[in-house]
Amino acid sequence: MSEAHKITLATAWLDGCSGCHMSFLDLDQRLIELAEKVDVVYSPIVDTKELPPVVDVGILEGAVSTEEDLHKARMFRGRCQFLISLGDCAVSGNVPSMRNTFDLDDVLDRAFVENVQAQPGRPSESLPTLLRTVLPIHHVVQVDLFVQGCPPSADTIWQVLTELMAGNTPDPTQFTRFGA
Amino acid sequence: MTHPPAATNPAPKVRVVTLKIDDHDVGARETDSILEIAQANGIRIPSLCYLDGLSTWGACRLCMVEIEGFSKPVSACSTTATEGMKITTNSARLKRYRRMILELLFAERNHVCSVCVSNGHCELQDLAAECGMDHVRVPYRNATYTIDSSHDLFRVDHNRCVVCTRCVRVCDEIEGAHTWDVMGRGVNCQVITDLNQPWGDSQSCTSCGKCVQVCPTGALVKKGTAAGEMEKHDDFVPYLAQMRKRQ
Ligand code: SF4
Ligand code: SF4
Ligand code: SF4
Repeated sequence: MSEAHKITLATAWLDGCSGCHMSFLDLDQRLIELAEKVDVVYSPIVDTKELPPVVDVGILEGAVSTEEDLHKARMFRGRCQFLISLGDCAVSGNVPSMRNTFDLDDVLDRAFVENVQAQPGRPSESLPTLLRTVLPIHHVVQVDLFVQGCPPSADTIWQVLTELMAGNTPDPTQFTRFGA
Repeated sequence: MTHPPAATNPAPKVRVVTLKIDDHDVGARETDSILEIAQANGIRIPSLCYLDGLSTWGACRLCMVEIEGFSKPVSACSTTATEGMKITTNSARLKRYRRMILELLFAERNHVCSVCVSNGHCELQDLAAECGMDHVRVPYRNATYTIDSSHDLFRVDHNRCVVCTRCVRVCDEIEGAHTWDVMGRGVNCQVITDLNQPWGDSQSCTSCGKCVQVCPTGALVKKGTAAGEMEKHDDFVPYLAQMRKRQ
């Protein structure tokens, strides 16, 4: 397949632990096979700083927790033909959403004041504003495929990507589940 | 004519009926529920609040089926069979309804599987996978529920409870303690120990652990179990139910 026909793939890491990206890297030698068919145009694992205007497949890890996450989710939706919610944080809010039952002020105080010895105090700059409620990706933009698992295994990711490359729409419920 | 006199040939107390489930011809006693008949014939109907050996509750509605001539689905656990019934267990409409019920259950409380002690051993999680629930379309409620760790051996996390009342029924009907009950209505419904006292202070609880074993989720667990460790065993219930009946 010539370079021109390669599928373009973009990934981003919102409010997640990066475990889903680690699982992606766990494809190990299959990454070479993938690189023959897919061009990773934007991702924490490549250097590109700008999401191209049109991308074939977008993958989002993590929940929408901050203004920045919201912006990224909207940008991915606007530019990616096919958008995948990867992992339980993206699909259900998972661990990050466990802060939803607490008051946001209490959460910030807990993280930046109560548990901090050196220079306790809430950061006033350089950090994106936290949203009151952590949301799954599909609660803010339309998502085309949901891949559960915390993290989804490398085999799950491989199955999803190979099906997509073959032009099929995979059904991840056949090989993964919440909490897998 | 060689018929024996009627007095020595009493009519059987329970009649046998024949019906169709998903195009299979099945026979059953007229007192059997559709769910029991399906299970006896190897036909899977998803259910959550039902447990063999306990009284029928009919609350979760996951076991709903369609009966020819009925405009609305009915719960298979609480509907008995009648002669000639034609039952469908898995139509597109039923699948849609089951998935929606599961989404509502997941949205109602906190069911973060990845950090749950019952991860991998949870009936709610299994049902989500079985019914193809790959995401929740309704908003999450984000309500805060309490966790009671006052019992020496067990813990109740109301965030994980689906109010199936299996704990209430097994404690009352099999153990005979009736420590558990239900308070509140609708979305505010929750299970309580004694008169909403801490479980650890309960005068009625015998610490038998039956409630923990029948709980389908991570709501009732053994203390000291880490994520994924809490396996439940509820197969003792039908046996004990039989033994109690014989007493
Ligand atoms: S789904 Fe699990 S592995 Fe993936 S980002 Fe969230 S916590 Fe990490
Ligand atoms: S441990 Fe036994 S007696 Fe105590 S609440 Fe559970 S079922 Fe009832
Ligand atoms: S604690 Fe468990 S068994 Fe009791 S009602 Fe809740 S989910 Fe059902």
